Order: sequence, then structure tokens, then C-alpha cells
Amino acid sequence: MAKDLIEIRWHGRGGQGAKTAALLFGEAAIDTGMYIQAFPEYGPERTGAPVSAFNRLSKKPIRLHSGVDSPAIVLVLDPSLLNTVDVLEGLGKGGILIVNTPDSPGDIRKKLSVDPGIEVYTLDASKIAMDTIGLNKPNTPMLGALAKVSDILDYKKMLKSIEHKLKIKFRGKPEEIVTKNMEAIKTAHEKTKGEG
Amino acid sequence: MKVAAKTANEAMAEAMRQINPDVVAAYPITPSTEIVQIFSQFVADGLVDTEFVPVESEHSAASACTAAAAAGARVMTATASQGLALMNEVLFVTAGLRLPMVICEIARTLSAPINIHCDHSDTMDQRDTGWMQFYAEDSQEAYDLVIQAVKITEEAFLPAMVSADAFILSHSLQRIEMLDDKDVQNFIGEHKTPFSILDTDKPITVGPLDLQDYYFEHKRSEAQAMRDAGKVIEKVFSDFGKKFGRKYNLIEEYKMKDAKRAIVLMGSTAGTAKEVVDTLRADGEKVGLVKVFAFRPWPTEEVNQALKNAEYIGVMDRAEGMSGFGAPLFTEIRSSLYDENKNPDIYGYVYGLGGRDTTPGDIKKVFDDLKKVENGKKLDRNNYLGVRE
Repeated sequence: MAKDLIEIRWHGRGGQGAKTAALLFGEAAIDTGMYIQAFPEYGPERTGAPVSAFNRLSKKPIRLHSGVDSPAIVLVLDPSLLNTVDVLEGLGKGGILIVNTPDSPGDIRKKLSVDPGIEVYTLDASKIAMDTIGLNKPNTPMLGALAKVSDILDYKKMLKSIEHKLKIKFRGKPEEIVTKNMEAIKTAHEKTKGEG
Repeated sequence: MKVAAKTANEAMAEAMRQINPDVVAAYPITPSTEIVQIFSQFVADGLVDTEFVPVESEHSAASACTAAAAAGARVMTATASQGLALMNEVLFVTAGLRLPMVICEIARTLSAPINIHCDHSDTMDQRDTGWMQFYAEDSQEAYDLVIQAVKITEEAFLPAMVSADAFILSHSLQRIEMLDDKDVQNFIGEHKTPFSILDTDKPITVGPLDLQDYYFEHKRSEAQAMRDAGKVIEKVFSDFGKKFGRKYNLIEEYKMKDAKRAIVLMGSTAGTAKEVVDTLRADGEKVGLVKVFAFRPWPTEEVNQALKNAEYIGVMDRAEGMSGFGAPLFTEIRSSLYDENKNPDIYGYVYGLGGRDTTPGDIKKVFDDLKKVENGKKLDRNNYLGVRE
């Protein structure tokens, strides 16, 4: 398949905003002139149940309409999923794993026996979300982490785009919701850690 | 022109806003609910002048739209699956009365077993209703086809449904290019109807009893309208292409010129299949594909022309048809090619029922099978792709 195609998989639990994160990232990519797909996996959705969402990004029109089975980047919004879902499925050499956890990347690598060819990054996105937004909504912090470890989007452009989209999404609600989410993204961008 | 991120549901709802129909009567059903939900917000926000009728069933949605069309209104609705099935009785009436109407349709399978995901069983169930049918590959096509369908339905005096695959398109955010509101209005123009039940100067009767003396003639003229609709569609597609640079045809040929092996299919999987064609072409294999945009009216000449050099053809159906022989697209293709001098070897593949993922590997298997046939291996006439036997 086309080599210039980047595929991303988001793992979360119903209510954590994995789908919203995929949509926000996709929309931000469109603002930089890219072609995208952003879609959740629809199943029996319930709050707390494992869910996944996906992105495809490319500089060229995207024609694939099959499922994403070999992502380059996997994001895990809930550390408890590491025990129940094979988050590494299809993630090959050169891939990136980003996990919301207080643990270090080394701990996660050991826990999941991650292939040496895959980079591991961690951040305590839930704590960041609690400190900034006041709710355990780790999805926007994970966007900050994604921007830090990949060069798919220009960070500043992404921030601008997401701020704009959040203003529309939270239309009619106190403006501080947007400010707090933006702060969460920026804090996460600073605090995301890799190995070494 | 504006670049936007839209799911097919959002894209079709935006197209409806820009069309600004006189009447929309609708009832929600997964996965097309969002179309009606978004559009009703447009109504509430005063962005359209539409009379929105929140009816109690899809049967009533189709009935209210049909009646409004008979009064000369430009009418639209959206539905899917069981909703479309419930409309079935009325769809024959809309077409039989030769009324224009457009349905934004999301292709979802039919019960039982109950399932909300994609296949084309619902639209195939409506293929004999006298409605034109168009199938989109992505959000852009869904948007463009809905706008063009308004003009087509009003010029062909037949109703039309534009279908986009459930979830794969209806809920997948994609980049689309939207036209300016005024360009859409200028393109579709004002809806002028030659007859209206509200025109007291030229009174007409709609839907009277029509027995042995004239029913047959009316059906014959309806059939002729469907035969003639291809020309209307081509004209509208051509105007749209000239104005906006995106040219549609009754079918799309992809790398067919010297293709010895070809697949024929409709909807979103055509995109995945194009990637497979490119991969195989890079290895020097003479393969191509034909995507059918218009299943009704059936584009016999165009299909035959596109497939004239293909020797081995795999027809992929996202509906079973339950005929005990071949699925709907397979039988159309095989029947169309029967009168050609060259008799290509044609095989049917039913795929993706109930939303089963259809991967590049699945599509490659069809091309590989056709190659084996070329090398003398025997293959069943009708096959299933990606099913556990």
C-alpha cells in the first residue's frame, strides 16, 4: 500500500474521548492541507467498555476503506487496557506506543515485552487532565503527547486548529473549558517522556 | 469552494442545507440518523426555508414527501436499512406517479440477524421500485451525487436515492471540497413542475384507479423514462463537471485500457480495490476495475464498452440476493455481456455482509483466483469472500 500513508490507532474506554481525539487530530491535519480519515470502531458502546478509534493521514487522497490493521502509532488512553487488550497488535518496527500511565516507558516496555524496534513514551495524562480540566478526560493531553513524539503536524498549527475546533464544540459553555483543555495539551507536550 | 472535514452523513446534510428543499419529512434510523438530526438543526437555526415534518415512521416519511412532490415541492429525506424497507410500498408510488424526490441513503444491512453495519441488501431490496440508484465511494462523492441527483430527478421525472456505505462512510471523517451555497442554488435552479395538485387553473387527478385499459401503458412509459434517464444523468454530470471540475460518469473505469483481468463493484470498497490494482500494476499485472455509480438505470452500453477487452471478470456484490444462483450485480454484468462477441469468463463474489471488513488481501484474492482460472484451474461460478465456511 501507499508508503506515504500514516495510520494511527487510539485505545480508550467509552467516555474517555478516544473518538473525539481522533476527530480533532484529523481536522487539525486537514487544516495543514493533508488528506485524512478519522473513524471509531462501532460496536456495543457503553461507558467504560474498551473502544478504539483510527486515523489515516496522507499528503495524497486516501482511497483505502478497510480497517486499520498495521498502525504506525498506537495511543492508549487508559492504563487498565494494557491487561485486557493487545494494544501492540499490528504495530511493527519503527512504530510508536504512547501510554497514559504514571509508569516510566521502561516499565511499560518490560510489562508488555515491547519489541526493541518500537519506541515507547508515557505521560500521566489522567493527572494532567485532573490538574487542568478537573476531570479524568485524558484525550486532549494525549494530543499533546502525539504532537511531541511525531512530526506529522506542526505543533503550533495543531494548537491553533484544536483551539478553534474546541471553541465550536463547546459553544455556549464557559470559555475556560477551552482554555483548560489547551493548557492540558501544552502540559502533556512538556511532560511526555521517552526512554534514555 | 471550501475544504472541510465531513463524514458522509455530515456531507449529505450540508448538501441538503445548500439545496434548501421545500419539504423534508423524515424519521431517524441508525446510521443515517445524523443526516436528519443535523438538518433539523439547520431548520431550527433558520438556515433553510424547509417545512420539516417529523413523522412517526419511514412509511409516513415517504408518503408525506411523495404527496408534497405531487403538489410541486422539491422534497428530500434520509434513511437506511429497515427504514428504507418500510418505505418500499410508497417508493413504487413515487416512481409510478413519476414524481421527483431524493433520498440520502446509508447502506446498512437488513435483519435478521439484527446488525447495524454496511452492506447493500437494503438498496438491492428496492431495485425494482423504479427509483434511480447511485453509489458513492467516499464523502465527496456522496455530497456531489446528492446535489446532482436533485437536478437529475427533476429532469428525468423519476425519484433517486444516493447511497453511502454505513459507518465506513457515514461515520468516517474525511476531507471534502464543498461548493459555495449560491453555486449549488444556481446549479440546481428553481424547481418547476409541469403539473401540481394545487394548480386550480390546470386541475389534475393524482393516483386514480388504472385497470386493464391503461395500467400497462403507464408502466411502459415509466420503463421508458428509466431507459432514457441515462442520457439525463450524463447531461447533468457533464454540466456539473464543466462548472465545478469534478466529472462523474455512469461508471468509472480504473486502469481498464489493457486490463485482462477486471473486477466490478460499487461503493466504498472500490477505493480499497484501486490501491490493490495499483500494487498489482506495479508488478506488471494487467488488472483493472470498473466502479458502477448508477445501478439504476443499468448502464449496459458503458459496462460492455469498459469490459470489452477483459477476459476474466470478478463481480463483487455486497448483497447476497438469495437467488440460489448469483447476486444482483453479478447477474446484471453477466447478462449485459451475453450479447458481446467475446464471451469473458465471469465469476461472482459476495463480500462484506453485515459490515465484515474487506481488506486489500481479500481483493487480491479475487485477482489471484482469476489468474488461476487463466492458468486452467476450475473455479466455482459464485463465491464468498472472507467468510468462515
